[in-house]
Amino acid sequence: MITQQAILDRVMMLIGRFAPPGTPINPNTDLAQDLGMESIKVMDMLMELEDEFDISININILMDVSTPAQLARAILNLMEHADGTV
Amino acid sequence: MGLFDKFGKLAAERASLCDSQLHPFGIRIDEMYSPTEGSIQGQRVILAGTNNYLGLTFDPDGIKAAQRSLELEGTGTTGSRMANGSYAGHSALEDELVDFLGRRSVIVFSTGYVANLGVIGTLASAREVVLLDADCHASIYDACKLGGAEIIRFRHNDVADLERRMVRLGDRAREAIILVEGIYSMLGDQAPLREIVEVKRRLGGYLLVDEAHSFGVLGANGRGLAEELGVDSEVDILLGTFSKSLGAVGGFAACHDAQMDLLRYASRPYIFTASPAPSAIASVRSALMAIKERPQLRRQLWSNARRLYQGLAESGYQLGPHASPVIAVMLKSPHEGLAVWRALIEKGVYVNLVLPPATPGAVTLVRCSVSAAHTPEQIDQIIEAFASLRGPMGLVTVGA
Repeated sequence: MITQQAILDRVMMLIGRFAPPGTPINPNTDLAQDLGMESIKVMDMLMELEDEFDISININILMDVSTPAQLARAILNLMEHADGTV
Repeated sequence: MGLFDKFGKLAAERASLCDSQLHPFGIRIDEMYSPTEGSIQGQRVILAGTNNYLGLTFDPDGIKAAQRSLELEGTGTTGSRMANGSYAGHSALEDELVDFLGRRSVIVFSTGYVANLGVIGTLASAREVVLLDADCHASIYDACKLGGAEIIRFRHNDVADLERRMVRLGDRAREAIILVEGIYSMLGDQAPLREIVEVKRRLGGYLLVDEAHSFGVLGANGRGLAEELGVDSEVDILLGTFSKSLGAVGGFAACHDAQMDLLRYASRPYIFTASPAPSAIASVRSALMAIKERPQLRRQLWSNARRLYQGLAESGYQLGPHASPVIAVMLKSPHEGLAVWRALIEKGVYVNLVLPPATPGAVTLVRCSVSAAHTPEQIDQIIEAFASLRGPMGLVTVGA
C-alpha cells in the first residue's frame, strides 16, 4: 500500500525536474502561476507520472488540478480505481 | 478586471520579442505574384512558408474552374449543408474523393480544423478513450476536448510508448481511438504507421490518421502516408485538408465503413457551420484532378525538398530528422529565431517562425515549406540566404 504522502513526495521530486532550476516547490505551489510551467510541459510531466505510477492519466485532469497536492490526491484516486488495493 | 486583462502576460511576451513593425505573428503579404513569390513591406520575397506543396494556387485550370463557379453559383452558400442544402459541387467532390481514395464514405467539411472537430469531436465522446501522439496538431487536441473523451498522450512517434499505454488500458484498448498524423507539421517527420498498425492488430483500437500535410505529397497516387506504407486498409479514417496541397480551403474525412455518413446527423461542426464556398470546391476538384494526372508535381516537390534539406544541412544547420516538404531549422532561442527570420526576409526569403511552447521539446524553429512550384534557382536562393547568416565558426551571425 502506498500513502498519499509517499505519492506527494514522488510527485514533487518529478515536478522539480520540470520546473525552472532553483524554484521553491511546496504542496500548494501552482504549476502554472508560481512555476510558469506551460501546459505542454505539464502534459509531458503527466506522461512521466503515468510511467512512475503505472496508471493512465487523462490530460483533462488539468482542468481540476493545479498543485502537487491536488495531483497526488488525483493519482491516489486513480490507483485505487486501477487495482483496488490502496 | 478588464475583459482582456488575462492576456497581459501574452502581450508582455510578445512586446519583449517584437520591437518593430515586422513581427512574425502579424505578417502581411501585400501582393502575391505567383505560388512562390510575393511582397512583404515592399520587399519581393520567395515564399517558403505557405504549405502550398504542389503550387496549385495559381493553376490555370483551378482558376478557370473557380471563376466559372463564381459566375454560375455565386460567392457563397450562405448556410450549412444540413439546414440549407449541399451544392452539387460538394457532393461531386465527395464522390471524386471516394473514387480517389478507394473508400466508401467521404464527408467534406468547411476547413481541415472543422473536419477534425467534426469527426474526432463526435466519435471521441465522454465514454471513449483516445491515445494521442504528443505532437498532434492543436485541432486534434481541441477535437478531443470538444468530445469530452478521456485523453491519454503517448510520446511522439514512440510505438513502444503507445503499446505500453494501451496495455495499461486493458480491455478498453480494444475500443480506443488512436490519433496520429501522416507528416507532422513542426519537424516534418512521419508517423511510424506500419508499426502502429501492428500494435493495433494485436491490441485493437481504431486508427485515425490526419493526412493534412501528406495528402497529395506521399504515396504512389498521392493519397498520403497510409498509401505510401501500404497500410491504407488498416486505417479506419483518413482526415485531410484542402488548404495545403489542394490550394484552397476545406477539409474531409474518408472511411472504409459507409456508416461514417451517420456523422452528418450527429456532428455539430458539420451541422452548424456554413458549407465551403462553391468556387473553393470547384478549384479543389480541379486540384484533385491535377494530383491524379500530374504525378510529376510530387516528383518535383520531393526533388526540391531534398535539394533544400541537403543545402541547409551542408550549411551547418540542425534540421528535422529527414528530408520532407516541411523542413524545420532548429535554433538556440526565440531571439535568435526572430533575428534569423527577419534577416531572411531582408534577403528576400519568407519562412515561418515557430516558438515554444508550440514546438516539440520547447525548441525554436524556423520552418520552411517547400513547393513543387519552386524553381531550383529559388531553392538555391533560399539556401544561400540561410548560409549567409552563418559565420566562419558555423554560428548564426545575427541575433543570439
